[in-house]
Amino acid sequence: MAAGFKTVEPLEYYRRFLKENCRPDGRELGEFRTTTVNIGSITTADGSALVKLGNTTVICGVKAEFAAPPVDSLNKGYIVHSCRVVPHSPFFQTVPNVDLPPLCSSRFRSGPPGEEAQVASQFIADVIENSQVIQKEDLCISYGKLAWVLYCDLICLDYDGNILDACTFALLAALRNVELPAVTINEETGLAEVNLKKKSHLNIRAHPIATSFAIFDDTLLIVDPTGEEEHLATGTLTVVMDEESKLCCLHKPGGSGLTGAKLQDCMSRAVTRHKEAKKLMDEVIKSVKPK
Amino acid sequence: METEFAPSAGPEADPSSRGSGCSLRHFACEQNLLSRPDGSASFLQGDTSVLVGVYGPAEVKVSKEIFNKATLEVILKPKIGLPGVAEKSRERLIRNTCEAVVLGTLHPRTSITIILQIVSDAGSLLACCLNAACLALVDAGVPMRALFCGVTCALDPDGSLVLDPTAKQEKEARAILTFALDSTEQKLLMSTTKGLYSVAEFQQCLAAAQHASHHIFRFYRDSLQRRYSKS
Repeated sequence: MAAGFKTVEPLEYYRRFLKENCRPDGRELGEFRTTTVNIGSITTADGSALVKLGNTTVICGVKAEFAAPPVDSLNKGYIVHSCRVVPHSPFFQTVPNVDLPPLCSSRFRSGPPGEEAQVASQFIADVIENSQVIQKEDLCISYGKLAWVLYCDLICLDYDGNILDACTFALLAALRNVELPAVTINEETGLAEVNLKKKSHLNIRAHPIATSFAIFDDTLLIVDPTGEEEHLATGTLTVVMDEESKLCCLHKPGGSGLTGAKLQDCMSRAVTRHKEAKKLMDEVIKSVKPK
Repeated sequence: METEFAPSAGPEADPSSRGSGCSLRHFACEQNLLSRPDGSASFLQGDTSVLVGVYGPAEVKVSKEIFNKATLEVILKPKIGLPGVAEKSRERLIRNTCEAVVLGTLHPRTSITIILQIVSDAGSLLACCLNAACLALVDAGVPMRALFCGVTCALDPDGSLVLDPTAKQEKEARAILTFALDSTEQKLLMSTTKGLYSVAEFQQCLAAAQHASHHIFRFYRDSLQRRYSKS
């Protein structure tokens, strides 16, 4: 009976739950789904992480390679997020590749990346650049001659809403997992010598954590929307918070209007989420056995 | 072809505006300048200029039609080069902003297409695009529940706020925040930011943007009044 009503009037079905201040899956309006993180599962990658936010699953793999530093900044490396480089784009375009394959949801077709994937990729690129997670200078091996390039790929395995939160979390966890070998340039031959025995972690300077909200009927804000909730929502909002309550990004792509007071509530919720998420990530990183 | 020019909304227009850096550049708009589209507008903010054409409500492809609403499509063409991922991201922002104000339920199973062409970029590009899109929608006669405007705020490394920054100010800024506000209650429709800033700074920028939006909405009203009072 309820299933029939849900199919015919999904919005009304939803409103009945919201009136009682809860959601169909039993969560409160401000509650996140269970977050699980698995780090270092891809042995062929230099760093990897799998994040599950309820049903939404995103996996991130990071691979490091050598390259000559860009001509205009000889002491910096690159973080390239797009291996699927569009033919006419410049070589050093730093746009992360978030892949939303048909595997994760029936709404995506195979072929070139759709709008959702491109928007997510641009969002992740902005977060990395704004929060300065890694200083590009840290990726330089030898001034003007050699630098690291980090290829980061994020693939969604199951799409059930809130893809941006899961992607930022996965990327951050994977970057913390990355271990780069020590590289020395041999003076005589000019070639790089890689010492695979001596590995060091990246210097992660910031921990941007994203918190997404969905706006219902222009007034109600719910945290961590599922796929169905996103579909019924009249707007979405994503707040990316760093330590010390600094905002890296407030992404609100249209949708119902919000007042300053409501935004303030969202930001306080984002601060609490940042603490929870960081604690979880620290625990997981500590538990990873050194290779 | 109607040309309207706005008086500069500088500090002399509103003595209560905050500091000397919080003034908008000279802006101007021209409506109904293209013959083919149902509505068109060109918006000029300082040296930044964007040309917009609106087609609609028109026929929609069956695969894209929505049974109870109009389908909005936005195409943003950069000045040089082919559109890339950044343009797609901006198209999504503009489209969602327009979807929030356009009364799509009055024209179900139709499409409204907004095409933006960047003519010159000298800072505050996204805000200029939003303003031009709003005026083009008005020119096309698309029913809307409110008007909207775009305002860009830049935060200097020393913490001072600059509204409507030029390209040079944007490059030197520590953070750039672009907002879209609606005309009825100045609520935040769209927000996109670049750089690091604190919560307090965000609220400050939002308040300054809401204050500046009054000038822009007054300009819309004046220019439309001037246009329709001639005929």
